[in-house]
Amino acid sequence: MENEKQYLFDNPNNVKRVLYVLYGCCVLLFVLDFVIHRHVLHSWESLWGFYPVYGFVGCVILVLVAKWMRTFLMRSEDYYDEGEADINGKHSADSGGHDVDA
Amino acid sequence: MESIVQIQVATMWTLEVPPFLPFFIGALIAAVTRGTLRGAIMVAIPVVSALHLWMVPEGVHLQFAFFDYQLTPYRVDKLSLMFGYVFHIAAFIAIIYSLHVRDTLQQVAALMYAGSGLGAVFAGDLLTLFVFWEFLAFTSVFLIWARRTRRSYQAGMRYLIIQVLSGVILLIGALFYAAENGTLEFGFIGLTGIAGWLIFIAFGIKCAFPFAHNWLTDAYPEATVTGTVILSAFTTKVAVYSLARAYPGTELLVYIGAAMTCFPIFFAVIENDLRRVLAYSLINQVGFMVVGVGIGTALAINGAVSHAFNDVIFKGLLFMTMGAVLHMTGRMNGSDLGGLYKTMPKTTVLCIVGAASISAFPLFSGFVSKSMVMSAALENGYDWIWLMLLFASAGVFHHAGIKIPYFAFFAHDSGLRVSDPPNNMLLAMLIAAVLCIGIGVYPAALYSLLPYDTGYNPYDATHVLAQTQLLFFSALAFVWLNLKGMYPPELHSTNLDVEWFYRRLFPVAIQSLFATTWKLDGALRRAFVLRLHQCLHYLSGIYHVPTGLLTSSRPAGSMAMWVAIFLAGYLFLSFIN
Repeated sequence: MENEKQYLFDNPNNVKRVLYVLYGCCVLLFVLDFVIHRHVLHSWESLWGFYPVYGFVGCVILVLVAKWMRTFLMRSEDYYDEGEADINGKHSADSGGHDVDA
Repeated sequence: MESIVQIQVATMWTLEVPPFLPFFIGALIAAVTRGTLRGAIMVAIPVVSALHLWMVPEGVHLQFAFFDYQLTPYRVDKLSLMFGYVFHIAAFIAIIYSLHVRDTLQQVAALMYAGSGLGAVFAGDLLTLFVFWEFLAFTSVFLIWARRTRRSYQAGMRYLIIQVLSGVILLIGALFYAAENGTLEFGFIGLTGIAGWLIFIAFGIKCAFPFAHNWLTDAYPEATVTGTVILSAFTTKVAVYSLARAYPGTELLVYIGAAMTCFPIFFAVIENDLRRVLAYSLINQVGFMVVGVGIGTALAINGAVSHAFNDVIFKGLLFMTMGAVLHMTGRMNGSDLGGLYKTMPKTTVLCIVGAASISAFPLFSGFVSKSMVMSAALENGYDWIWLMLLFASAGVFHHAGIKIPYFAFFAHDSGLRVSDPPNNMLLAMLIAAVLCIGIGVYPAALYSLLPYDTGYNPYDATHVLAQTQLLFFSALAFVWLNLKGMYPPELHSTNLDVEWFYRRLFPVAIQSLFATTWKLDGALRRAFVLRLHQCLHYLSGIYHVPTGLLTSSRPAGSMAMWVAIFLAGYLFLSFIN
């Protein structure tokens, strides 16, 4: 629709602004590492940029491993419905389950 | 015979009413009332019961003898009080959230379920615990069945079987325990003897230990909008409470808990059903509590208990926001949603509060409790466990903190233009959100209720900076992966998990076993019949001939002989007379 209301993130510049704020915060937090004196419990914690690097690398590995898991774990959405319908000798008609509280 | 059961109420009835009773009575009233009156009664019950609980001093308030054993259906101490309070809060919020529902089944089941949870945490002996343990299963399954689809019926069935199994194991364990120790008192048990292990397994099933976790991710997303909110609060937390009472300091729990924090986040990243994502993240959060119980120091137990307290509220909030989305759009898959912030701004903000709380952002409730478990892990030399927990903290932010709000309310525009949910739902979410922020900003109130006084302060510069860095760079990773197009898209799919064994492998194996058996059986029968025919044919070849034994056409000579034999017989008989 032409007259559809413009919402906050319909404007790509606003998305960019949010991202710039995030980048800014990340840089700031990284710099704070050198300013604030930490009382560490573990020697790894005093490593240079330990938490930022761990958080970033951890999440990237998480997502890549999860993506790789899809190659052998992913099945069609009604995978179990088919099997269970076979077992019960009838086909699932209501697998959508869209009805909410009456 | 004299009466075997002697009941002697230690404390007078009027003084102390066990907290499950108001809920059970309320369920009875809710079953026979309608409309506004029912709503008012349902809201009043947790309020009145909570006020009553607030006044109750610690100690044993109800005790009687049963055969040779002392039963203690009502025992109050700091540990059980903590769970008692949060169960009241959860019930109150969930009831407000479901005020618009006109379904007697669900409303009665919800009150009974909340009452059972309260009964379990105030149970002072294993038999009472068992009774409420099974009550939890039988009442909650109706919240799943109330969806009234074939899928929810089957998921509910599987849920019920597993929950009841857990109860049966608990009962057998309790009987062994009574035989070994001569008492049914529910206190520290520890992993010794058959009883210790059986009870541990029973708790573990309800606590969603790895390999026993699928009942949760299977059933919770199939429950009704309001049912899932209530379900998320009680069952697993009762299990955490039971572990904290019976197995604090059991080292095995540290490793089990660490596994629970890590493996579900992988599934959560690729799961499409957003309520199932939350179910996986529920296991992840329970993992932190289990680690805390396993470490067992005062700080760790405090961390586990307070994290359970906070988790009930923020996980409830997240389930409520997703429930609101399902209620308004009828959809729950990340692939079908998106752009809802445009017309559901209030729900969006409330969801972000829940997401920030579960991700343990400073000033939100998750931060003040999770950091205790993390600190305890480091202090007690569990370095690798600490690294796993840190990874899980980044991961939970990734899937629950970012993925849930992002794919529901932002991401690509699904074109759905639905408004915010009814006011009662918004109010319930608002109460939960206020509690999340309130506890995060002023944790001293929560800490004052904890079992131990550790003087812990979460808000020192080191902690705040470390956690903020971890979270912001996790967010950066999400943005980077998305911009590079490496983030796995939301797809209509089912991801195989341990449930595959009992939902696919066993049925198929049993089916083919039966099919093979029937085939073999049929072949054997046919072979037998064939042999029988061959035998008959052979025999008839010998005897079914004119002079044979089985001939149908007898020669006249043999007839004459038989007549002669009969006549001789008559003659013989006449001689006898």
